Amino acid sequence: MSRIVIQEDRCKGCLLCTTVCPTQIIVQSDRFNQSGYKVAEVPGPDMEKCLGCTSCALICPDLAIKVYKTPKKNKGAA
Amino acid sequence: MSEMNEKLVFDRPQAVIDRPTHYCPGCHHGVAHRLVAELLEELDVVEKTLLVTSIGCSVFLYNYLNVDAVEAPHGRAPAVATGVKAARNDKFVFAYQGDGDLASIGMAEILHAANRGERIAVVFVNNTVYGMTGGQMAPTTLIGQKTTTCPEGRCLEREGAPIRMTEIIAGLGGTAFAGRASLDSVKNIRTAKKYIRKAFQCQLEDRGFGFVELLSACPTNWKMTPLKANERIADAMIPYFPLGVFKDVTEEGGEC
Repeated sequence: MSRIVIQEDRCKGCLLCTTVCPTQIIVQSDRFNQSGYKVAEVPGPDMEKCLGCTSCALICPDLAIKVYKTPKKNKGAA
Repeated sequence: MSEMNEKLVFDRPQAVIDRPTHYCPGCHHGVAHRLVAELLEELDVVEKTLLVTSIGCSVFLYNYLNVDAVEAPHGRAPAVATGVKAARNDKFVFAYQGDGDLASIGMAEILHAANRGERIAVVFVNNTVYGMTGGQMAPTTLIGQKTTTCPEGRCLEREGAPIRMTEIIAGLGGTAFAGRASLDSVKNIRTAKKYIRKAFQCQLEDRGFGFVELLSACPTNWKMTPLKANERIADAMIPYFPLGVFKDVTEEGGEC
């Protein structure tokens, strides 16, 4: 399972990350950060769909996204 | 648990200082900063880099990149970089300029620096507008685009056509690499990184002047949402500013 971590105090809510995610799991949240931007988030259970492709982090102008990837096991153990 | 062997596959490069930027939401300067910082690390020149910053939104670049920097007067970054390189030939020197800076007031400096084949690299961020000063018309403003100084839209008859800088730079004798990329999609960002790498290598390999134009968005002054502004790059800018490599002496195998 791969996952991303969004640094919410850096996110400016531009939502460019939502346009490039191949699984479309990044959405705008209802939370505002200290700067008053509505931050992007991945709703809890959707994170399992993350492929770890780093597209969102590549396009994030504020470097607010970290991507963790787990290599697939050969035996298909989840 | 599988989390035990997960790897951090994307993090901010060390050459980018860990602090929030002053850029508006959706501004592509941050992406350009990251690409430059990653390449400085990959080429292992962070410690010997001298950055020349411009006037414009990128004026505070020295606050964001962890390298030594000189601030140049408006448009004069290539001239200052020429002097920096002449004084410290052992350093890696590059300038980072916007379109209001490079294509209007700095036109003479960039053309002559390129024509002399100065061993410097220039990263040119083109967002078709003067960003910092409030959205005035720039030499690169597209026909019909509304700005604060052409509220009816830029008129070809009155203000002339937008200047395609990369094509001009590519036509000069001292240029080793000139390419135009865009920062609007993942694929284009990857290509942009390749072009910046080539432009930087031209200096490291002593081949000549390296120039990269990066098409980017200015949602605030285009009066668009970040997503609409990002789409405008593909819809309006790329048709007029075609992407690609316009000069590359490394491919030709020639000496500059």
